[in-house]
Amino acid sequence: MRQSDNSPMFNPVLTRFMHLDNSHTLNVYRSVGGYAALEKVLKTKTPGDVIEEIKASNLRGRGGAGFPTGIKWEFVPKDPLKPKYLISNADESEPGTFKDRLILNKAPHMMLEGMIIASYAIDCHQAFIYIREEFYQEYKTLENMVKEVYHANLLGHNILASNYQLDVVIHRGAGAYICGEETALLDSLEGRRGWPRFRPPYPAIEGYLKCPTVVQNVETLACLPEIMNRGADWFKSIGPEKGPGPKLFCLSGHINNPGVYEAPMGIPLTELIYNYGEGIRNKRKLKAVLPGGVSSVVLTADEVEGLNMDFDSLAAKRTILGSAGIIVMDDTVDMVNACLNIARFFAHESCGQCTPCREGTVWLVKILTRLIHKEGRRRDIDLLLDITENIGGLSDLSKGSFGKTICPFGEAVAWPVRSFVEKFEEEFFACISDNKTIYKAAVIS
Amino acid sequence: MSEKNRSKGLFEFANPSRVERILSRYPDKRSATLPLLHLVQSQEGYITPVAIEVIAQLVDVHPSEIMDTLSFYTLFSTEPKGKYLLQVCQTLSCSLNGADELADHVCRKLDIQPGETTEDGKFTLMKAECLGSCDTAPVILINSDYHERLTAEKLDKLLDSLP
Repeated sequence: MRQSDNSPMFNPVLTRFMHLDNSHTLNVYRSVGGYAALEKVLKTKTPGDVIEEIKASNLRGRGGAGFPTGIKWEFVPKDPLKPKYLISNADESEPGTFKDRLILNKAPHMMLEGMIIASYAIDCHQAFIYIREEFYQEYKTLENMVKEVYHANLLGHNILASNYQLDVVIHRGAGAYICGEETALLDSLEGRRGWPRFRPPYPAIEGYLKCPTVVQNVETLACLPEIMNRGADWFKSIGPEKGPGPKLFCLSGHINNPGVYEAPMGIPLTELIYNYGEGIRNKRKLKAVLPGGVSSVVLTADEVEGLNMDFDSLAAKRTILGSAGIIVMDDTVDMVNACLNIARFFAHESCGQCTPCREGTVWLVKILTRLIHKEGRRRDIDLLLDITENIGGLSDLSKGSFGKTICPFGEAVAWPVRSFVEKFEEEFFACISDNKTIYKAAVIS
Repeated sequence: MSEKNRSKGLFEFANPSRVERILSRYPDKRSATLPLLHLVQSQEGYITPVAIEVIAQLVDVHPSEIMDTLSFYTLFSTEPKGKYLLQVCQTLSCSLNGADELADHVCRKLDIQPGETTEDGKFTLMKAECLGSCDTAPVILINSDYHERLTAEKLDKLLDSLP
């Protein structure tokens, strides 16, 4: 975690106390004003007030989809008979993303305070933290935190002498990227394979055990305390009004100074790469950037110029902010090989439920493997595009095509693969062997 | 105890009160499946067939449903693993920083392929997908510890130092 001196106007919010020793403890969190927002909420705000404030702040989810948080909460039925659930999604697995891990390590209380505020807003009394198994140290940190917090009457009955009650359970995954997708997470939490569900019904209406459930990313939750402390207008004043706020950006790949950086939403991508990240490693030239994890449309070096990192600016370039996992590639990168790496990831992580994704990802790997061995066939390039079309249904993004699979994993595969092929076409064509024998199907007589 | 039980095809939780605590945390029994599988795996090293039946009874489903669930997750194993499980991250940011060469190096050094265990039972090697530590690439997870910014030399030293 580092902060840049280049943006004097921006005071860090999410990382503001992470440099302190033991920033993960209750004492340190309280010493920087932690749990003051919760106290204010429980003593002076109704659940409806909280929803209004978060709606007014225009906070959008930090997990990848960018859905407006307050609106999601509003979907939760006010039906008092059904229990409601809140889940903190700490299954961070999008390649190139490691910001939630930083919060879990350095400021887990900020997330927990957000969880309690969100739970109060939707009238939930049982919350879960779903954390990927590999984050073992973070899991231990969370376990200690929860114990500490029950002791301090911040969880359990009559929190801070209010009538509000909340319990939190930490639930560990077991190695499955797809469980970061909210409906797969729900099935996993219910003790099943992590298979995404059809929507509607949306989890806010029918989620965990068929009850209304709100699933929020760790960073989204961590934004809540300061919104309640400083107000929606303050939050909206940071970055573009329609998707504002402080944001954690992850820089990795061929960069001099990889890491997590906090900056206002809408910061130019070049500022992140050249100022925060101190430029391309070994003084090489920039070739390409994946702006939102491997599930995003790749950007060429030219496209990076003048591009701002926020939901709408990236959507206008037909890519996504996603989880803000920025992967930087220099001019030594073989794009066919990088594309194969991405396709292999998706083939491994496809949950297997929908045929286009389960089969298509494997075909992509097969064809790309052929290409990197320079044994490509002439129609392989078209075949690659055809398969992405079959998995993700992307022929015309402007029409808002929405995939051919149950969950957005389909588009997540199709976007990067298609964009690699289209934007670095000549490298793919160079892998075609014209001498390759074209086998004809045997004629059955 | 567990070794003896296992040879007789038996399974018992070492700490039954932990099982009770896990079950009591969830509004329904089946949600306890993953935590119970984790508990078995940390006790036995892998998920034994008898343990599957015990869990099925506890959460009130057919054993095949437990099998269906656990077979989905990469990190549950129905076979014993080596003393050290090496997960070498292969995904893009690690790959851009030399993870492919590192994986080849480990294969040569330990003389095993991904998915295999060394003859002495010390190391099991797995290729892993993104471990969420891309700023410190390349990364290897050894049991539950991250080892970051690795080179072949650093990794050799590390593996040689493990008892």
